[in-house]
Amino acid sequence: MIEPVLSVQQINKHFGALQVSKDVSLDLLPGEIHALIGPNGAGKSTLIQQIAGELKPDSGRIMLAGHDVTQLGTAVRSRRGLARTFQISALAMEDTVLQNALLGALGASAHPYRLWGSAMKRSELRTVAEQALDRVGLADQAHTVTAQLSHGQRRQLEIAVALTLSPKAFIMDEPMAGLGTQGSSTLTGLLGTLREQAPILMVEHDMEAVFALADRISVLVYGQLLATGTVAQIRSNQAVQQAYLGTDT
Amino acid sequence: MNRETLLNLLLLCVLLAVPVWAHAAEEPFIITLVTRALIFAIAGIGLNMALGQGGLVSLGHAMFFGLGGYSMGILASHAQTYTPLFEWPILLEGSNSMPVIWITAIAVAGLAALITGQLSLRTSGVYFIMITLAFGQMFYYFAVSWPAYGGDDGLSIYVRNEFPGLNTLDPIQFFAIVFALLIAVLMLAAAVARSPFGLALNAARQSPARVEAVGISPYRLRLLVYVLSGMITGLAGALFADLNRFVSPSMFSWQTSGEIMMFVILGGVARLCGPVVGATVFIALEHFLGGLSDYWQIYLGVLLLVIVLFARGGLVGLVAGKQQAHD
Repeated sequence: MIEPVLSVQQINKHFGALQVSKDVSLDLLPGEIHALIGPNGAGKSTLIQQIAGELKPDSGRIMLAGHDVTQLGTAVRSRRGLARTFQISALAMEDTVLQNALLGALGASAHPYRLWGSAMKRSELRTVAEQALDRVGLADQAHTVTAQLSHGQRRQLEIAVALTLSPKAFIMDEPMAGLGTQGSSTLTGLLGTLREQAPILMVEHDMEAVFALADRISVLVYGQLLATGTVAQIRSNQAVQQAYLGTDT
Repeated sequence: MNRETLLNLLLLCVLLAVPVWAHAAEEPFIITLVTRALIFAIAGIGLNMALGQGGLVSLGHAMFFGLGGYSMGILASHAQTYTPLFEWPILLEGSNSMPVIWITAIAVAGLAALITGQLSLRTSGVYFIMITLAFGQMFYYFAVSWPAYGGDDGLSIYVRNEFPGLNTLDPIQFFAIVFALLIAVLMLAAAVARSPFGLALNAARQSPARVEAVGISPYRLRLLVYVLSGMITGLAGALFADLNRFVSPSMFSWQTSGEIMMFVILGGVARLCGPVVGATVFIALEHFLGGLSDYWQIYLGVLLLVIVLFARGGLVGLVAGKQQAHD
């Protein structure tokens, strides 16, 4: 049996009387893109936040590479190999593109709190940062201030920062959000090549991208997992059609 | 070399040249005035590290300034009266050596920052401002009600403390010590800003979630810069006490915190020499306008208002332009 890189086991989460995660279990297998879909308010982002460590589940376990990380904070999970991107780009807007990428490389390094030496002159960090920017197609924008990037380029930079962490798994919250057809297709191509490096758990509303990329899809409705399966299985699943996808007429 | 670096070098040259001229012209008061501005500048550089790079709006930096001042006052008063600070569990004597006093002031202020920072950094925004203000006022009232070291009246030291090989009572020689320390503190601030820590801290101010997502704790970054910032302001406090040969609870007061913040805002938040410009302008206004009217702070208020409304980068930003992100 293939050991999952990330395993969410019977997660429950309440906000007062509202249950946002009901007994949710899902696995992220090596080399796969696993899409998490569902209507607005289904609890997808809350689940991502629990996996990333921003929220603690009321019960259940989260395993990363065979280790229980449920009680660990976001920063520690990141250092253990969980790289996330945000629904709304979370970048240092006043800094250059290279500085943002360098921040990721710094986070993955042994001495992120070092008070001496120039961060920009640390060649080992710079190499990692430049390679990540090259991979996402932002090498020529390295010295641009991040606030001047287009929305699509910011999404690419988010992924570049995640790449610098050399992660075991990527967690992506709506990477296509706000992108036009062109931007969406560029990013779809990029994400397709990333799975070789580490599997991706991705929340996404752009169904065209999901169907093009995902190896497996999980459908979340009212905090509960409705189904998990391949694209074909999910497309033909009656319950999913009724709850979310609708039927082709 | 960019415009801001040129401006900084020019400023430092002027701040060096004026006392040298004043020494030749036998105007010791001018030397003392510039020395005072430089000491305030050091205090401001301390705050600027926390405020400019870390985004920590501390209204309690007088706490560190006062602790530095009282470190000097207590050590020197015991050395003056030949009485030990305490005899148990170890014998600890006073000291009139500046290096010993500076190290003590830095250590005491750093420890206070470490303790108060762990509590105050759990809050943010207006709560952080209020909690730092509260800590500062706690120390103020403690100093007021501590008769052993002068209470409300403060503590006078009759002779300025000693520095090996120099006559510290000579204004130009004391100025030289302060100027050298200012350069050292500026170099430290520039080095920290360039360092991996500086990169992460700067990013944590803009997007704490991003920093956390790459495995770095914004809390640890902020605590570290808060301690560094407190240490530098503590050193300034010790120098200020030595300049006046007097310490009083007013060094702990919220007005002092406000003044230190004013140096930073006037000169330019997050600009390396912003506090140096701010403190110099403050002292110049106090000297020149103070001679014309007792209400000179009205003009200072107007200037501050204009800077805040129209020059977000402070006076440095006004002359050198917007800060560039540089690789």
